[in-house]
Amino acid sequence: MTSLPTRSLEDQVRSIVAEHRDKRGALLPILHAVMEDLGYVDPAVIPILADELNLSRADVHGVVTFYHDFRQTLPGRRTVRICRAEACQAVGAAKLADQAQARLGVTFGETTEDGAVTLEQVFCLGNCAIGPSVQVDDRLYGRVSPQQLDRLLDVNA
Amino acid sequence: MSGPDETVTVYVPRDSAARSVGADEVAEGVAATAAGRPIRVVRTGSRGMLWLEPLVEVATAAGRIAYGPVAPEDVEELVAAGMLDGAEHRLRLGPVEDIDWLRDQTRVTFARVGVVDPLSAEDYTAHGGMAGLRRALSLTPEEVVAEVTESGLRGRGGAGFPAGIKWKTVQQAESALKFVCCNADEGDSGTFADRMLMEGDPFTLIEGMTIAAWAAGAQEGYIYIRSEYPDAVATLRTAIEIAYTRGWLGRNILGSELSFDLFVRVGGGAYICGEETSMLESLEGKRGMVRAKPPIPALEGLFGKPTVVNNVLTLGSVPMILADGAEAFARHGVGRSRGTQVFQLGGNVARGGIVETAFGITLGELVEGYGGGTRSGRPVRTVQVGGPLGAYLPTSRFDLPMDYEAFAAANAMVGHGGVVVFDDTVDMAGQARFAMEFCAAESCGKCTPCRIGAVRGVEVIDRIVAGEDRPANLKLLNDLCDLMTEGSLCAMGGLTPMPVKSALAHFPGDFGTTTEEQR
Repeated sequence: MTSLPTRSLEDQVRSIVAEHRDKRGALLPILHAVMEDLGYVDPAVIPILADELNLSRADVHGVVTFYHDFRQTLPGRRTVRICRAEACQAVGAAKLADQAQARLGVTFGETTEDGAVTLEQVFCLGNCAIGPSVQVDDRLYGRVSPQQLDRLLDVNA
Repeated sequence: MSGPDETVTVYVPRDSAARSVGADEVAEGVAATAAGRPIRVVRTGSRGMLWLEPLVEVATAAGRIAYGPVAPEDVEELVAAGMLDGAEHRLRLGPVEDIDWLRDQTRVTFARVGVVDPLSAEDYTAHGGMAGLRRALSLTPEEVVAEVTESGLRGRGGAGFPAGIKWKTVQQAESALKFVCCNADEGDSGTFADRMLMEGDPFTLIEGMTIAAWAAGAQEGYIYIRSEYPDAVATLRTAIEIAYTRGWLGRNILGSELSFDLFVRVGGGAYICGEETSMLESLEGKRGMVRAKPPIPALEGLFGKPTVVNNVLTLGSVPMILADGAEAFARHGVGRSRGTQVFQLGGNVARGGIVETAFGITLGELVEGYGGGTRSGRPVRTVQVGGPLGAYLPTSRFDLPMDYEAFAAANAMVGHGGVVVFDDTVDMAGQARFAMEFCAAESCGKCTPCRIGAVRGVEVIDRIVAGEDRPANLKLLNDLCDLMTEGSLCAMGGLTPMPVKSALAHFPGDFGTTTEEQR
């Protein structure tokens, strides 16, 4: 265990806070920036944020764990979200969900062993007229067929 | 007619729904294929005819000629066939304004969406933008509130509360600091109008919020957008920057005494943050726990200050009301449901998209008329109106007019106007179970009926479907639903029984029960 990476994490987090500190209710913008820069909210980040924002660790932990977006482990190189809300259910989302889990060998919220893909479920991507919908990182796909889903899950494609 | 040397303007949507089915590739293809001929590709919002996306429009002497749905691999053939001159082709739909699906609508809030470049301030003003704010600033805040009240505008987010009354409450509250918050946490399945307005005409939301700030005496505004909408976030952030450079935001807006700053905030993937008090907590940097009301947000809202909280479509309707007058808006609609509503057709529907029309259109006209039935070609079995907390209605109720009061009388709700269509393969016990499961997953956990009730609801439905002591368990489910309805702090637990009870009432066979047993 070296102290160097921890040190740099702390610097990174403190500089993120410095950038957003003046915003009202700054914790959410800060957590989004942490996600953007680090890919996840490492549990080690929580005491640093608590210290910077004069909050208790419990308060920060409570916020981090309330929101689905603020994951606490490193995600895969690609995050695939499958919409499971009603409009997509009506056009076969359940089959896509089963297909993705079977193909990757993970359930929702998990990352494949090789670190390639994180599979998540999402409830509505606002593409309800031309579902089923899948989001890959920030890119939205509509009318997703089983064949297209296979291509989206293939991280080497 | 445009000759071969004249620049041809081609419109391709940048709306994320259009992009989800290849609009970016189509736009690139058009630009590349037309090499040699001067061409201008304008990325617009979507017209809302989503089954035709990607929809390409070409400006000709005869108006904008539409082609769709255009797959990226169709582009070369289309250009060779003379698309840039509006020539005939199997994908040619004719002048876009003449397509009956669009022509028969009354586009008020969505008037500019799909027509203009969403980030062009010139387009915005050329199509009537900023006229509402200019007129508002020539009136007193009291007069602006009166105009909004007279228009009959009700909150489009689902609750249908009169906007003018809310604004008046904030205006009359004593405080040196007040806020305007736009609830753009459009988490309900089957709704996408907020997203499309933000991506297709962001300035109208900015203008509406600025008018609200003038009316209420607010200095700061926040647009809370869900993180599932990255394109809407990016579009609004850019639009706000442009608005500042134009003097549409910031100090002394349009030379007036109004100063107003506007910020975009991004949600964290929590459905409950679409509930207004939960959203306010989230904006304050906290867990999105629902607040008890009173105090109402109009008096003690964001950071305890008087706050206007309205939905995207509510605020987006305001500029037109101020520009054209309350009467022009109130002329549309029926009863106490005035103006137009932006209905959204989704799910298993042949022609899904945005139908903006006056209140009073029947559910059947929307689903069978505009929607054209199911995409699968099978019979429609049910539609869910108003999101995951709305009722499932059978086709025998297709005579219902889309009107807040008529729907309430039928134990249903118009909500935000989202309609999700299901064909005859749907299992209604499964849908009822999902409603409870969703509530259990997304409950903020503050009140017991919602937090625990939803978990018990899943279990009871499982027992009913499994055939365990059905009469007793049906009674239990009904009691549980009543308790959640009456005892929950907010609409999440309070309305989850609506899809459950409606599924049970209209489709008892799916629960393995007879009507006799339910009594």
